[in-house]
Amino acid sequence: MLPVIFIVPIVQLIILVNAATLEMKNIRMVIVDQDLSVVSRRLTGKFMGSSFFRINKFTFSLNEAEQDIEANKSDMILYIPAGFEERLIKESISDLQILINAINATVAGLTNAYTNAVIQDFNLEILQDYSGTILIIPMKQIEVKSSFWYNPDLNYKIFMTPGILVILVTMIGMILSALNLVREKELGTAEQINVTPIKKIQFVIGKLLPFWILALLELCFGLGIGKLLYDLPVTGSLLVLLFYASIYLIAVMGIGLFMSALSETQMQVMFLAFFFLITFILMSGIFTPVESMPEWAIKLNVLNPLAYFMRVIRMVLLKGSGMADIIQETVYLSIYALIILSLAVWRYRKAA
Amino acid sequence: MFGMPVVQLLLFGYVVTNELKDIRVAVYDQSYDRYTREIINRILSSGYFVLDSYLENEYVIEEKFKEGNVKQIIIFGNDFAGNLEKENKAEIQLLADASDANTANLVVNYTYGIIMDFIRHLNRNVPVPLRIVPEVRMMYNENLAGAYMFVPGTMALILMLVSALMTSISIAREKELGTMETILVSPLKPLQIVLGKVTPYLGLSFFNAVGILVIGYFVFGLPIRGNIILLLMECLLYIGVALSLGILISTVARTQQMAMFTSLLALMLPTILLSGFIFPIENMPEILQWLSVIVPAKYFIVIVKNIMLKGTGFIFIWKETLVLLFMMAVMILVSVKRFKIRLE
Repeated sequence: MLPVIFIVPIVQLIILVNAATLEMKNIRMVIVDQDLSVVSRRLTGKFMGSSFFRINKFTFSLNEAEQDIEANKSDMILYIPAGFEERLIKESISDLQILINAINATVAGLTNAYTNAVIQDFNLEILQDYSGTILIIPMKQIEVKSSFWYNPDLNYKIFMTPGILVILVTMIGMILSALNLVREKELGTAEQINVTPIKKIQFVIGKLLPFWILALLELCFGLGIGKLLYDLPVTGSLLVLLFYASIYLIAVMGIGLFMSALSETQMQVMFLAFFFLITFILMSGIFTPVESMPEWAIKLNVLNPLAYFMRVIRMVLLKGSGMADIIQETVYLSIYALIILSLAVWRYRKAA
Repeated sequence: MFGMPVVQLLLFGYVVTNELKDIRVAVYDQSYDRYTREIINRILSSGYFVLDSYLENEYVIEEKFKEGNVKQIIIFGNDFAGNLEKENKAEIQLLADASDANTANLVVNYTYGIIMDFIRHLNRNVPVPLRIVPEVRMMYNENLAGAYMFVPGTMALILMLVSALMTSISIAREKELGTMETILVSPLKPLQIVLGKVTPYLGLSFFNAVGILVIGYFVFGLPIRGNIILLLMECLLYIGVALSLGILISTVARTQQMAMFTSLLALMLPTILLSGFIFPIENMPEILQWLSVIVPAKYFIVIVKNIMLKGTGFIFIWKETLVLLFMMAVMILVSVKRFKIRLE
């Protein structure tokens, strides 16, 4: 069991952190150029030179291109109709078509943005070429300079690593401890312990403390690996993080304890725990921002300890936020931990 | 058992989205002129952004980010309108909090789009000699609905979990509690035992699959453009793969704990992350793309999306179907072999 607890996080950190990214790298594109003019070829060349796009094929037939998309061989089509260059020079305006597979709406949106950026760039280029010295066009331009703070390369790995760490720590805290307790019940040894003079509180602490320590160790272990493999920054205070993690674990174990008090078999606990875990994970803001969720979801998140921890761990690690910045989260979590622990201990008492 | 998929679907439907909404931005406007005001107005009325505050100076920028509520800070320099009028050029700075890299990228792109719209509007009367106008058509999903992505994915996830997880735990339970020996002594053949164990979960999963499709259609407006019978048959196939995976895990695991742990780790996170459910596989590093080859959910999602959203026939999905059949056959073979060994 013990090696599993340590090998699994490494594997997860390696695999999953690398997977979760919206960085557009290989937009597979089919170019349908029915114009084959100087301008269309220059435009095509611009896409060929871009690292975001990968030109899968050139074809004359729009039908063939559409079939490619249907067969999932490409993501988008750039369609330059015949007479494109001619219209551009004679009528000063010409259109082309971009067809994007929009099943993944977010990716489609980004693809659209990137494609438009390339086309606009190109538009400016040919403007400067064809009419630079003849006309001075009083066209206004706004230069937009963007900079990404705390993560200038938009490194998705240092965004995901804290997230995966939260999941791992939670799994140990919530699931392993709950399973352990129910196992006793299932195998019947819980009855034997109940007969001893040991108090309930002592029993619970005795059961949970090893997992608490284990989870904190796992957190440090995971942070170490994150630093080693992905250069995970630890901008803030490690102590603040560990302090918060300790409170978090108490809250999460309280949930585990509560669930084990409600269940008779390991299967039941598994199911319950799993259901809550998936729900909490998705709502915590690990993959998608909490702000994008509907009002009722944001309100429900008050009951979701993962949401708190997710926020805090990213703030402390990546931004260097200190105790002062997370005081609100700390208070909320402490109250949450107290309530859930009381509930759990009360329920456990009655069950025995 | 029945309520879970419904809740999960609703969850995925409304909660898990990359669409931007009410993102808090702060503005450091050093000009306060009509142009900056109009740009800010456009940004705030886009529906994506919400104003947090106007900043007094540049020193509060770092503090603002540390507080953790603001995702982007927009900076206008001095005499913005003047620059734009006289020199036809002005600058805007966008500072994004990239500790959430995905959102930061989207935020900057959207803001950039809004600013570009504004500049196009300003230049509308300027006789630009050469103008390329791209027309965009979003295929299969004109309204850019998020449902098209997650309903197939949720189906893959829930079917995999209910079938594989529950089956493996159920069989492992018998082993752990020792009742497996009792069943093996009975005149029932191992195949019959396994079938008996598996059938309830088959029924449950199928019911869940249909339920998800129904909710997808009525609540989220997800169309079923292709052949429904084909879709349901592919669902059964996928459930078959998941069940055989569950049986395989149960032959390997000795206790319920092990069965559950293995199922969860080998199934849940890879199915969510490596199947193309939320994050596109094409964006992942090579190694992971290779790894995703063994994730059954990947093929199922492709099949479902093709049938439901593109309305394609069998011709386009025969490859994926074959892969799933192959996977199921292999797993059943290995399980049966292992089972026989156990008997001795």
